[in-house]
Amino acid sequence: MKKEYSKDYALMELMAVAAAREIKDREIVFAGTGLPMLGAMLAQHTNAPNCIIVFEAGAVDCKLAHLPMSVGDPRTMRFASTATGLLDVFSTVLQRGFIDVGFLGAAQVDMYGNINSTCIGDYYHSKVRFPGSGGSGDIACLSKRTIIIAVHEKRRFPEQCDYTTSPGWIDGPQGRKQAGLPWGGPSAVITTLGVLRFDEQTKRAYLASYHPGVTPEQVRENTGFELDVSRARGTEPPTEAEIRVLREKVDPEGVFLKKAEE
Amino acid sequence: MATLELEDKVMTLREAVKIVANGAHISLGGFTTQRHPMAFVHEMIRQRKRNLHAYGHSPGGDWDMLIGAGCVRRVELAYEADEAFARVGPRFKYAVERGLIEWDDYSNFGMVQRFAAGAMGIPFIPTRTMLGSNMLKKDGFSPELRKSDQKIASRKFVVMDCPFTADKIVLLPAIQPDVTIIHAQIVDAQGTVRIYGQNFGDEQQAKAAKKLIVTCEKIVQPKKLREFPEQNCIPFFRVDAIVKVPYGAHPYACYRYYDYDPEFLRLYHEQARDDASFKEFLDEYIYGVIDWEEYLEKIGGDKKLRMLKADKKLGYAPKLKRR
Repeated sequence: MKKEYSKDYALMELMAVAAAREIKDREIVFAGTGLPMLGAMLAQHTNAPNCIIVFEAGAVDCKLAHLPMSVGDPRTMRFASTATGLLDVFSTVLQRGFIDVGFLGAAQVDMYGNINSTCIGDYYHSKVRFPGSGGSGDIACLSKRTIIIAVHEKRRFPEQCDYTTSPGWIDGPQGRKQAGLPWGGPSAVITTLGVLRFDEQTKRAYLASYHPGVTPEQVRENTGFELDVSRARGTEPPTEAEIRVLREKVDPEGVFLKKAEE
Repeated sequence: MATLELEDKVMTLREAVKIVANGAHISLGGFTTQRHPMAFVHEMIRQRKRNLHAYGHSPGGDWDMLIGAGCVRRVELAYEADEAFARVGPRFKYAVERGLIEWDDYSNFGMVQRFAAGAMGIPFIPTRTMLGSNMLKKDGFSPELRKSDQKIASRKFVVMDCPFTADKIVLLPAIQPDVTIIHAQIVDAQGTVRIYGQNFGDEQQAKAAKKLIVTCEKIVQPKKLREFPEQNCIPFFRVDAIVKVPYGAHPYACYRYYDYDPEFLRLYHEQARDDASFKEFLDEYIYGVIDWEEYLEKIGGDKKLRMLKADKKLGYAPKLKRR
């Protein structure tokens, strides 16, 4: 069947579709609030019908009928396989090595995919305070791979984060091994301008694709570190079917998506 | 302690809050938008508790209000926000940026393991998390502070080679709060606790504590909970005080009882953004009311509570307007 691309979609929807496409069927996914949940639920309706969604607050493989507004939302209880708590999920699922892909939000992302969600400025005299790690540091350390979601602005993509809340490739190919991390590392950064991936040799971020209406040059101008754009192509737009599922099945209440349209 | 009966443990909110001394090390149950002991938090603010040292993984408005009201001196935490309702707790954010409190950061897994170690009676717990993160580089507490108070861990963490495998491993110090306060769905008259839905870190926080206060939606006779003991998570002899407070987690959810209150959460975050309107919030909803019943009237009474009431099968309110 020929793919019918959507002509009318919001940026948030494009990003949710990009997130969903990162999930493979039967994978076990750690999803956070907002875009990761939209992406994971969409994936269950499209390319990864048998993926398993795990919430750090306790619910494992629920069948969501209403979009949660928190990973501890009672909506994550619906038809779950088990519902325990943080200690069980983090230790026996995540640390034991069962999470294939974890999603992470970020206030800052650097060229090695390290994330800051703690503070701007010196930690001891923070200029701006963010919520802190939550489960982000844990997911970054112990998922088999991670997908980062971020707003693409120069100040949010510095050479080095003010504070590393969640380690990416740290300082290059040997970074995680030297830190003592057993596995993992970021595989993609889905941004408001495009998708970054990491070079296999250097583990530095490069531009893999730029969103419709954006040029590679614009992405480079909005990045605080030197960004290789030589491998970039256009991001595949969302299909009619993907947008329909997002609006009609994933978030019909418009909890996250209508906000993006406004 | 094990023989305490109903009349010894069941008390009013006002009496139970008196158990928390100024300067106490505390932890509160729940997770971002669910099951925080909010009625207890309001009463702590009314009793003007000061210099509290709070431990938590992912608190929400419970901490934000306590911090904003000046009750808290120090925090050890992983996260402070209401997720989709607020990306960071506004009063927590300002307190850190203005240096009004002292803070130290761990991850959620790290904090819940520290409570687990406290609950198990061991001094530390090994983990693989946080390696490569600045949480293992920057200690929010000075060496002098760590030396000054025996209840504060003498070191934030230790990284060592595992004595069995030589893998790099992180050791985290145990936490045993002076008092933990949780909000559960059901407690029996002796103190046995049943929590429906996700437990979050409540069980570890409760069992790590030196004293445990449980606020609840319902108090039942022991034979009712003892019929299915596998559904209970805390044995009665660990519980020091029981307070019945229906809707005691509002504006947060309590699985199978009521949903979170999006309208009120938005109002809170709007008002907590600046000092003057936050003060108005405290005056109107906390200092200006006598007790939780009056507060529930103020937030919309029966009409509001009916809107929040959980569907029997789903455990939340599917028709609730959330935006």
